[in-house]
Amino acid sequence: MPSFVLYLVRTLFPHDVLRPTELGADVMIVATGVIIVYVLTKQKKWLYLWREWLTTVDHKKIGIMYLIAALAMLFRGGVDALMLRTNLALPNTPVIDALEYNQVFTTHGTIMIFFMAMPFIFALFNVAVPLMIGARDVAFPRLNAMSFWLFAFGALLLNIAFVIGGSPDAGWTAYPPYTGLAFNSGPGENYFFLSLLIAGIGTTMTGINFLVTVLRMRAPGMTLMKMPMFIWSALTTSALIIFAFPPLTVAMAMSLFDRLFGSSFFTLAHGGLAMMYVNLFWLFGHPEVYIVVLPVFGIFSEVVATFSQKALFGYTVMVISIVSIMVLAYGTWVHHFFTMGAGPGVNAFFGLSTMLIAIPTGVKIFNWIFTMWGGRIQMTVAMLYQMAFIPTFVIGGATGILLATVPADYQLHNTYFLIAHFHNVLIGGTLFGLLSGMYYWWPKMFGHKLNERQGKWAFWLFFWGFWITFGPQYLLGLKGMTRRIYTYPAGFGWHTLNVISTVGAFVMGAAFVVLVYSVVYSLQHGEKDLTGDPWNGRTLEWAIPSPAPEYNFARIPVVHERDAWWDMKQKGQTLASMRPEDMRTLELPRNTPIPFLLGFAFFVVGFGMTFEWWYIVALGALGVVATLIYSGFDYDEHKHIAATEVLEIEAGLGRVQG
Amino acid sequence: MNLPVEEPKLNPHVPTEFSDEKESVKITGFWMFLVTDVLIFASLFSSYAVFKNQVAQGPTANQLFTLGPVILETVLLLTSSFTIGLAIYAMRKQNKAALMTWLILTLLLGAGFVTAEVHDFVTFVSAGATWHKSAFLSGFYILVGTHGAHVTFGIIWALTILIQVARRGLTAVTTRKLFTFSLYWHFLDIVWIFIFTFVYLNGKIV
Repeated sequence: MPSFVLYLVRTLFPHDVLRPTELGADVMIVATGVIIVYVLTKQKKWLYLWREWLTTVDHKKIGIMYLIAALAMLFRGGVDALMLRTNLALPNTPVIDALEYNQVFTTHGTIMIFFMAMPFIFALFNVAVPLMIGARDVAFPRLNAMSFWLFAFGALLLNIAFVIGGSPDAGWTAYPPYTGLAFNSGPGENYFFLSLLIAGIGTTMTGINFLVTVLRMRAPGMTLMKMPMFIWSALTTSALIIFAFPPLTVAMAMSLFDRLFGSSFFTLAHGGLAMMYVNLFWLFGHPEVYIVVLPVFGIFSEVVATFSQKALFGYTVMVISIVSIMVLAYGTWVHHFFTMGAGPGVNAFFGLSTMLIAIPTGVKIFNWIFTMWGGRIQMTVAMLYQMAFIPTFVIGGATGILLATVPADYQLHNTYFLIAHFHNVLIGGTLFGLLSGMYYWWPKMFGHKLNERQGKWAFWLFFWGFWITFGPQYLLGLKGMTRRIYTYPAGFGWHTLNVISTVGAFVMGAAFVVLVYSVVYSLQHGEKDLTGDPWNGRTLEWAIPSPAPEYNFARIPVVHERDAWWDMKQKGQTLASMRPEDMRTLELPRNTPIPFLLGFAFFVVGFGMTFEWWYIVALGALGVVATLIYSGFDYDEHKHIAATEVLEIEAGLGRVQG
Repeated sequence: MNLPVEEPKLNPHVPTEFSDEKESVKITGFWMFLVTDVLIFASLFSSYAVFKNQVAQGPTANQLFTLGPVILETVLLLTSSFTIGLAIYAMRKQNKAALMTWLILTLLLGAGFVTAEVHDFVTFVSAGATWHKSAFLSGFYILVGTHGAHVTFGIIWALTILIQVARRGLTAVTTRKLFTFSLYWHFLDIVWIFIFTFVYLNGKIV
């Protein structure tokens, strides 16, 4: 027995998870866990947690859970980033060694893309899409909860890696042969592939869910060309997810099989072709770039129209351009590896197709500017992010065009110029957009505004922190500094720029602290939203109270014009003045523990497989099959809210006449 | 005050599986799921095409394949696609007994297909053609194996639907489940036609 215990300890806690940073994290994780358990027990909230959150299928609550997870992951990914920048601040003075540096940049990238940006987007989809199209929920509420729990347990699997067993260290792109068993034994890469596979199933289902929601669940009268732009972005993003995630699933599965079951897909021996992985990965990876940026285009289209108090300029052209970006996104993946030598013909094609995307994107930029033109602009935090986004994203796009120029790319490939470029579009585009959306829809989620003054502090710190960090990195790239190096010698002329860049990173860290403080502060002191329409909004989610009641709309609205709520307000109509006889008994999805249990079963499979403990895998797989079969036999999917109860709730909100 | 119930969206003029709006939305969703599955197979087919000549020290496609068992598998699966069609026809006629008979026959044919395929794989592996041997073999096993796993999953899924139909009869929910299963089954049949053509026939020609 002691030898078994010894084996367990050695496998779960090898020397690289016993470094001081990891041990410090262990202490914090255990402490946080103890505090959470204590608070939940003290306040007798376990049942509340289970009933109201863990088993919920309500899109609004799922959205809030996605948001909390995304902010937590932003913290983790951000701490990783600060560790990287600290290491590079001064030449030849690494704080962490090369192995740990590899692990940290790998988790930084993986977490920021898959476990921060994606859930943040799904948070806003979940919160806003059903409300904007006048629906009671998404098309498949139970599937939606499954998606969330698969994401959550996938994220958990990746996040425990660094304290149990060891982190992945082959970069977020996980190219073979770095991930091959011959060069990378430990469990780290198993964690990586399994967590992405599990979360990926969830993401694919989310794509299907929102595509069908937009296509089938819209309120009567809302034709495709009357949909808000955010809905168009949800539609195109969902289509991108549906087309992009299968190649990722295949690439991850093949890599995992190479490691666990001795196949020879990407190995150096037995005729394996590592380049096939790279193609499959970027066949996913490039559409992924648009998966995380199209929703942001949608958010900004709503924000700019609302805070300019004008209809979005050039709606039709906006729709055409977002759809063309969606289509073009599939034709550019080779630009991620021009230097791998596909030949001038192939490279020229992909260089041109990449540049082509600048056209519809440019159209959108101009339309946002023209929307502001002549509008009565309100400088809210959401609007500030929008206004910062335009110049930032234009510069990021322009450096993208430079990288799309094949000869220039041979020079710039894998340098800090590339790092600066994609952070320029991912922070200046995605993160700014998501924060803008968070500020915009926060009242709808929680019933109060976030503090604008503190929000502006956080905004300016983010904005300047971003430029101080990544401005110098363009220059570092031009000076030949390559990515993924853990330290560098003095005398290359990189010193000063790296110091500045590191300072900028800490400014962004400060921005995050202010943001979190502001969120906590606003829970207590935030301005209450009593009207349900704090921004004088244009779309249907502002026609109902904040936070939205469980059933969203007591009666499903009928849409006549684009910007349906604005149109109603112009005509002096409202959804609030209902008579008691208008109330109906409503059918809503019923809470279920199945999604949570399914996610947990997948987690068990993933954890067992990471360490190749097949009994645990079998146990987890049994759980997956049992949950799915149980779900198939469960016909009790719906519950009813009695009309009298709806009447009571609506009357309590002051929305009933007489 | 007697407050009314919000009317469910029912349409009596379409087949049962489409009649309830909530169920018909699930059929749309299932089509979208099939799109993702098409793309899984597209990725596997393209990988196979790339790996095909990477035989390393292992056998080539021409040396490995024998068409006899493959033709048997093809006949079994294509016939099952016909019988699931008859099952759905019976379902539309509200003929529960005929539906269940055709569905059980479909599953037996499917099980025969899986058995023949497993036998085929065991023969290959015992001749030393494991997927470790070469990228070609890895690509072959994952493509054909994923299809076989889909068929196996389909059989288990259909068994659970059969029990539901036996218990509950042909309702909007059960007919929707049967209909989506039939879509899935036809889809696997189409994938097999591509496997038969591009993997086996093409492998024997070159």
